[in-house]
Amino acid sequence: MRGLQMIVGAPWLKPLIFLVLLIVLWDFTIRIFHIPPYQVPAPVDVMVTLWQEWPRLLSEAVPTTIATVYGFLLSAAFGIPVAMLIASSRTVESYVYPLLVFSQSIPKVAIAPLFVVWFGFGMLPKVLAAFLLGFFPVVVSAVQGFKSVEPELLDLARSMEASRLQIFRMVSLPYAMPAIFSGLKVSITLAVVGAVVGEFVGSNSGIGYVLQRSIGNFELPTMFAALVVLAMIGVILFWILDLIERLVIPWHASQRQDLLVAA
Amino acid sequence: MLAPDQAPVPRAMIEITRVAKTYRTKDGDVPSLRPIDLSIADGEFVVVVGPSGCGKTTLLRMIAGLMAPSEGRIRVGDRVVMKPHSDVGIVFQSALLLPWRTVLANVMMPVEVKRLPRAEYLPRAEALLSMAGLAGFESKHPWQLSGGMQQRVAICRALVHDPKILLMDEPFGALDAMTRERMNAELQRIQLETKKTAFLITHSIPEAVFLADRIVVLSERPGSIAAIYEVPIPRPRKLDVLGSPEFVRLTQTIRAHFKALID
Ligand SMILES: Nc1ncnc2c1ncn2[C@@H]1O[C@H](COP(=O)(O)OP(=O)(O)OP(=O)(O)O)[C@@H](O)[C@H]1O
Ligand SMILES: [Mg+2]
Repeated sequence: MRGLQMIVGAPWLKPLIFLVLLIVLWDFTIRIFHIPPYQVPAPVDVMVTLWQEWPRLLSEAVPTTIATVYGFLLSAAFGIPVAMLIASSRTVESYVYPLLVFSQSIPKVAIAPLFVVWFGFGMLPKVLAAFLLGFFPVVVSAVQGFKSVEPELLDLARSMEASRLQIFRMVSLPYAMPAIFSGLKVSITLAVVGAVVGEFVGSNSGIGYVLQRSIGNFELPTMFAALVVLAMIGVILFWILDLIERLVIPWHASQRQDLLVAA
Repeated sequence: MLAPDQAPVPRAMIEITRVAKTYRTKDGDVPSLRPIDLSIADGEFVVVVGPSGCGKTTLLRMIAGLMAPSEGRIRVGDRVVMKPHSDVGIVFQSALLLPWRTVLANVMMPVEVKRLPRAEYLPRAEALLSMAGLAGFESKHPWQLSGGMQQRVAICRALVHDPKILLMDEPFGALDAMTRERMNAELQRIQLETKKTAFLITHSIPEAVFLADRIVVLSERPGSIAAIYEVPIPRPRKLDVLGSPEFVRLTQTIRAHFKALID
């Protein structure tokens, strides 16, 4: 009885149960409304395709994942310092922040072809597209994190005669860490989207390429299978990031429960 | 008052001369403290009481060098205060511990910031913690401690670099009455043992009378010194002085200042 409860209570099982439920619903909807397979394929067909095409899909997933990770790393590497500058100086904020927000209203999907014109087919345009989509959430969250530091904590550090660098290293940066990580998590899922958009417009490899070609050929099961692989890339990357967060900020409230158990 | 030919008197540890503060805000000037004079001797325990908003915190922040007075000057030791200086340890109203640091690492923070020799101060930090009844909690995180314990850690942190002066802004305001009395007794013991000059703000008149050599009563905003009382009860005091006639008489005298404000 307890064993069963533990299995049902496992955190990974609940979304899985929900997923199965959704798939069943999908299957029923197709049957009840007689939706033809050239509009929405049956789950079984998708699963069969997934099984048959697995090696090819997996090899196509590699460039997409690489582009996503590079784009994501770039957004973190640029986003966090930019956020630091914005948060530390009113002047920088007043010049840069509005422009940054403005730039977000430009649909990046529309400028992705431009990257192809500039940088040709290959890795670079994909990475740039992933970077463009991932960059903004990192900046916004990190700025918010740096700015939410309690002023009294800063006073405390100042009263110890801490230098600006020390205040940043000992107080502001760790304080902003949880916010930065929540930005990074949004960023990595958007970076997947960015990489795929990059592959849509200028690539002959990757999941985005598979997606586009299978739509063109009306191979809907393949297209859905590619979507599943894409979702898996997103989930796995998110999960890795979550793991890193646990290691980097074990003190944060959302993680305390585990630490208490471990202690 | 002092004849010029008198024998050299010990110079005051803190000398506040005609110090006033007016905050300049967008909506106009907010006068917060009228010119006040106060000198605090080495090893003396001065407690400030006064109605909310009368400028107590403002005065403390100016003594700490976190804020410049609008008029007058403050001397601490033999230096005029212009910026935060190393001779003070501050305890704020909330403990302000860094959640990512252990108890010991929190106490060691001033040592790190000031780049003092760690090997020399580590035993000192440990001794302070055990003096505060926190032996065995060194490697715990702040959120694993009760409010009273956190505040004791904050007091240890304020003392670790052996400052001459201890500044405290309602350090026990968030505690229940019983914990508070115990903390008062502990603070008195620590202050007498370490011979610090202490400046404490409180809203509790019994706390003021229990701890103080001298009590400074501030008037309503903009604050000025309404009265100064010497507490004639010899220190160290036991908690049972709380019922003694002298104690009751003094608390009533001080309370009368605030009654007048209400009527
Ligand atoms: N940063 C600020 N800008 C403008 N006015 C301020 C600022 N800080 C404090 N004041 C004003 O100065 C006055 C004194 O503030 P202060 O914090 O010193 O009061 P206090 O005596 O510590 O009150 P409390 O007992 O409630 O803590 C208040 O009336 C407040 O309106
Ligand atoms: Mg105050």
